[in-house]
Amino acid sequence: MSNKSFSSWYKSGSPWVWLNAGAVSISLVMVVGLLLLIAVRGLGHFWPADIMSITYNDPDKKSITLVAEAVETEVVSAARLQKVGVHLPEGQVTGERHLLKVGNRDYFGLDFLWINRLWMGETTYPEDLVAIERREWGNFYGYLTKVKQQGEVVATGDEAWDELQKRLERSNSLVAEIKDIEKNEVGKINHGLEELRLQKRQHELDGLPEGSLAYHEIEQERKQWNVRYQGLQKQLADLYAALNRDQIMVAISDGREVELPLAKVIDIYRPNSMNVLEKLGFYFKEVWKFISGEPREANTEGGIFPAIFGTVMMVMIMAVLVTPFGVVAAVYMKEYARQGPMIRLIRIAVNNLAGVPSIVYGVFGLGFFVYFLGGNIDEIFFQAKLPSPTFGQPGMLWASLTLAILTVPVVIVATEEGLSRIPRAIREGSLALGATKAETLWRTVLPMTAPAMMTGLILAVARAAGEVAPLMMVGVVKLAPALAVDNIAPYLHLDRQFMHLGFHIYDVGFQSPNVEAARPLVYATAFLLVLIIIILNMSAISIRNRLRETSKASEN
Amino acid sequence: MEATTLQKTPTAARSIDIESMQRGPKLNMANEAICLEVKDFNLFYGSKQALHGINMKIAKNRVTAFIGPSGCGKSTLLRCFNRMNDLIDTVSIEGEMLLDGNDINAQSVNVADLRRQVGMVFQKPNPFPKSIYENVAYGLRIQGVNDRATLDKVVESSLKGAALWDEVKDRLHESAMGMSGGQQQRLVIARAIAIEPEVLLLDEPASALDPLSTLKIEELIYELKAKYTIVIVTHNMQQAARVSDYTAFMYMGEMIEFGSTDELFTNPSKKQTEDYITGRYG
Repeated sequence: MSNKSFSSWYKSGSPWVWLNAGAVSISLVMVVGLLLLIAVRGLGHFWPADIMSITYNDPDKKSITLVAEAVETEVVSAARLQKVGVHLPEGQVTGERHLLKVGNRDYFGLDFLWINRLWMGETTYPEDLVAIERREWGNFYGYLTKVKQQGEVVATGDEAWDELQKRLERSNSLVAEIKDIEKNEVGKINHGLEELRLQKRQHELDGLPEGSLAYHEIEQERKQWNVRYQGLQKQLADLYAALNRDQIMVAISDGREVELPLAKVIDIYRPNSMNVLEKLGFYFKEVWKFISGEPREANTEGGIFPAIFGTVMMVMIMAVLVTPFGVVAAVYMKEYARQGPMIRLIRIAVNNLAGVPSIVYGVFGLGFFVYFLGGNIDEIFFQAKLPSPTFGQPGMLWASLTLAILTVPVVIVATEEGLSRIPRAIREGSLALGATKAETLWRTVLPMTAPAMMTGLILAVARAAGEVAPLMMVGVVKLAPALAVDNIAPYLHLDRQFMHLGFHIYDVGFQSPNVEAARPLVYATAFLLVLIIIILNMSAISIRNRLRETSKASEN
Repeated sequence: MEATTLQKTPTAARSIDIESMQRGPKLNMANEAICLEVKDFNLFYGSKQALHGINMKIAKNRVTAFIGPSGCGKSTLLRCFNRMNDLIDTVSIEGEMLLDGNDINAQSVNVADLRRQVGMVFQKPNPFPKSIYENVAYGLRIQGVNDRATLDKVVESSLKGAALWDEVKDRLHESAMGMSGGQQQRLVIARAIAIEPEVLLLDEPASALDPLSTLKIEELIYELKAKYTIVIVTHNMQQAARVSDYTAFMYMGEMIEFGSTDELFTNPSKKQTEDYITGRYG
């Protein structure tokens, strides 16, 4: 009886429905779980955690006070604890330990510390504890005691906090001014001087005799640049002097009172006295700093804007290169080539190209684009600059080209499929009106294929944005000194090396000297990379949908 | 002989014919101006012969219908008139096909020019996924006409010519894909007549349409013959009888009988023709 009901249940098809639904939900759970994990781990990092003050009684050492942020808690077995000299009370099989961020790396040596629950004494959250975000050496925690100007105390105690706010604003705006001058003005002068050097070298290569007028002109110009440079140097010296005017005194957990130059402070806040709204405001400010700022401290602090910029720009250049190339190739293969064994072979080759490991493309890009093409370009157009390479080194252009080759099969396949979906009747209708094959293609078939091309492009973008391995060989670096777009003519510098989110994750996660500080940034960067790929895809999809509106016929 | 055939002619075939009988004076090919002429025409798909020694003349400003069972080669023949079969790699042809005395298969003939002279409307409406206006203007734009005023004029006159103007004049710039099947087919006819061809080939133009739309297309064909020479392929014998002046009956790639529609339907000279039009096979 039950056998029969099982077989009828099986025949009803519901096991299949359950199986299919199960597969879908597992995929869904995986995607959502992945996103949640990296989002929570990554974005949680920016929340201004409370700072605690703990008395810690290690029986072997003297009792100390720690000022720190709690990072995470771990449950470990008694056996493991015993190995490090912690003896839990009888009957207790597991113990807790906490990871604390104590900061003050320049004074304590380590800014992260594991402590045992067992030895933790009283924990308090004093309102006047401050966290200081510094330009170098990571965060700093302590009690603000004095504000100084040129070594003279100007405010102490409660007044110090209010006094500090004004002075911090001043020093930050000075830093911005200095940075602007150093980056733009000095950059322009350096560029000008470099141009002059190249001109001179070119004259030498052209065989211009020494002492001719051209050299004299260059020398004159060089002098002008130098005068400008000296002016700027003086201006910078003044600014630095003004910046170094203020100092603060901070009492740290071991009782010492140390002096910090205000010039090194980015932000100073008292998380323990903030309410939720203030914390939320601070949180978004921190997230924005992460997205828009430049990295500091070997990428473990600061923002990742250069990496975002590099990723997006590289993908866009790749898209601009790959679309016309792939579409033209697909049109030839589908519309013009004689459909025989030869074209079948080519099609198989193209499809297999998509399965070649991406690092192989990196090797190809390095060998062909960088060394061969780039080397020859340098020989011909940038001879004055040699031996330092221009295009003969990894750079944005070569990375984009390498990824374009990597993704071109996807565009070809998608476009070919789109072309074969155009009904014969539409082509015949156009031909019957006296259009040639080329006119039919151009005016009717290709516009109708545009959504399929966009599908190919979406897949290409998704693949390219997630690719890291080949990029390490053809242009991505740990820290790029300048973006590929700036205010020095010709504004677009495709020969420059760039930063990339994928590589940034690898670099921060595996090459960082400060693992604990870097870990949340790995998650945050990963989340941002996923977000950017989603945004790129969404915009491509919305373009495709708009194209579909105009060519509904390909659907019937 | 005529008497015996008449006796065999069933009443059904006669009744179809009453309408066309009333059309006027008896038609005779000898009095017609000849537009298209087919001489000893053979066509092969690879090694398989699809058309066998076709000989016929198509009269100017008349409607010529091709009838016959499925697969008899009538559409294939029709598609030869504007060399649509060129698109199929395996097709090869023998014999001559003359448009106004010139061989359309000659080396010197530009296929695109030929197709401008010999327009075609297909079985299924195939408007382009563009606006109604752009569909009609397509042929002209191909010829490089982009002047707005000229295009406006041609679009209007073509849509009027295809009896569609009143239905679409307020939505010329909406997509053609939103029209009904019958409207789409008339749009395709408007698109074809916009470039003022000499000959209009209709390949079962009403087979995918409802009876009302079919009626409209038939009325349109009747009006269009004043300006164009029309060749129509149809499965529907009543339709052939209603709209055509001359009818060709084809069977297995051969032209069995060709003559004036009145003659062919009332007094077929071949047994096969008679069997077909009386519905005994096909």
